[in-house]
Amino acid sequence: MSGWQTLFYKEVLRFWKVAFQTVAAPVLTGVLYMLIFGHVLEDHVRVYDSISYTAFLVPGLVMMSVLQNAFANSSSSLIQSKIMGNLVFILLAPLSHWSWFFAYVGSSVVRGLAVGLGVFAVTAWFADIPFAHPLWIAAFAVLGAALLGSLGVIAGLWADKFDQMAAFQNFVIMPMTFLSGVFYSIHSLPAFWQGVSHLNPFFYMIDGFRYGFFGLSDVSPWVSLSVLLVALAAVAGLAVHLLRIGYKIRG
Amino acid sequence: MSAISFQSVSKTYRSARGEVHALHEVSFDIAEGEFFGLLGPNGAGKTTLISILAGLARATSGRVTVLGHDVRADYAQARRSLGVVPQELVFDPFFSVREALRIQSGYFGVRNNEAWIDELLQSLGLADKAHANMRQLSGGMKRRVLVAQALVHRPPVIVLDEPTAGVDVELRQTLWQFIARLNREGHTVLLTTHYLEEAEALCSRIAMLKLGRLVALERTSDLLRQASSNVLRFKVDGALPAALAALARVTGRVVQLPAHDAAEIERHLAAVRAAGLHAEDVEIRKADLEDVFLDVMATHGAPLQAVKGVSPGGGA
Repeated sequence: MSGWQTLFYKEVLRFWKVAFQTVAAPVLTGVLYMLIFGHVLEDHVRVYDSISYTAFLVPGLVMMSVLQNAFANSSSSLIQSKIMGNLVFILLAPLSHWSWFFAYVGSSVVRGLAVGLGVFAVTAWFADIPFAHPLWIAAFAVLGAALLGSLGVIAGLWADKFDQMAAFQNFVIMPMTFLSGVFYSIHSLPAFWQGVSHLNPFFYMIDGFRYGFFGLSDVSPWVSLSVLLVALAAVAGLAVHLLRIGYKIRG
Repeated sequence: MSAISFQSVSKTYRSARGEVHALHEVSFDIAEGEFFGLLGPNGAGKTTLISILAGLARATSGRVTVLGHDVRADYAQARRSLGVVPQELVFDPFFSVREALRIQSGYFGVRNNEAWIDELLQSLGLADKAHANMRQLSGGMKRRVLVAQALVHRPPVIVLDEPTAGVDVELRQTLWQFIARLNREGHTVLLTTHYLEEAEALCSRIAMLKLGRLVALERTSDLLRQASSNVLRFKVDGALPAALAALARVTGRVVQLPAHDAAEIERHLAAVRAAGLHAEDVEIRKADLEDVFLDVMATHGAPLQAVKGVSPGGGA
């Protein structure tokens, strides 16, 4: 294995060794959302005429889990290594900033997809889920996980304490995922909040991912893909830049 | 070619209280195959200098090369040439000893390294801990793993930043036997330590830093020779007279005074007697590196920039 492949392998091994916490627990959380929201709202909310609310909910929950866990992987690995001091082993190695980027983001994508598959495998039992456009499903899952993995790299480099990381997660990532249309179609919102939702990149990721299953979406999947690609380019660009200058990791 | 070359290295931190000059125009070279000691009190800048060498920090100005490779412009080659044992006792809690070594080896692109990993485990007394998780190891064992991790890619230049701080006698013996062997086989060693007897025993040449400036750079033997030749050592109950106390190194009851000849020894003992004190266990010994160190640190309020050039002295 080359240097970046070793770092990628080590990062995958890291979460896999604690898979109960990093994979099984988020799958359970997704299933709990499914049971509670599906049960409470099934008879009250109708987003698309042809789709039950529970079916509507499944792709949203899967994508939410993919995104949150991709973010959690790179961000928590970096901050733990910074605080434990063992980041030094990687800092001493002849790894380029691109090696760091592909290893940390790549492992985040793997964790995001592993959790996403787990959530899907369990929640899909509750409803009939079609696969209208599998390529769109794969594209949004992988690119969305890469976006959040990159964002996790930035947060992991920036945060000096677990406290700051928790703030980033609770005040940025959580609201943006919850307000992205996982549990509802934004067409059901008042005009003002629809406008706000259109500024949220998470909305496009959820909407585009859902299109892959049902062939139905609030906006065209091409628009969603474009927004996702632009956001990914910007966030990944910043992450690579921070790694190149050794932001907060090389004094 | 020099194994390590520091060229006018300065480091300035910006802190809340203004600018801190951690290193000021430090220049010296270490030749291939040398066992080199970098000494200085806490806060002298030793770890900062090593961090810049290792790429963990960046110099504000100046240049550092490892076997000719610039640590900034050609960082990959420079880091491949270096094996650094960090001062802090750090470890990755997710892995076993062997996994940690395999992973570290992989970062450097070294494949099929099991034979060397086995040899490292054997030489450092870690063979029976290979499958233990890092969390289960004692402090001394973790230190051994740090040494093994630094050496796993067979670096020609080895940097040890206070490797024996707080470790037991057995590990010190194991470690120095192994490092001395690697040095005999041609590896260059750069050591920082607070144990001056270790530096005296191991290092052929020594640099001393004080407040970020180079204040001494000489062969160990020359440093010892230029020191005041003898030390008068005795034990005493009670406070020394002020004139003697100013010269003395006092550790509990033990008093050590520099003395050049028999007349000076007699004067010291007379002064002790005159103060109404009784000197016990009187002995005279040769000055050691600690005496030189204290002497250099005391006299160089101003930095000694006229150190003997930047080339390795004494034909090393």
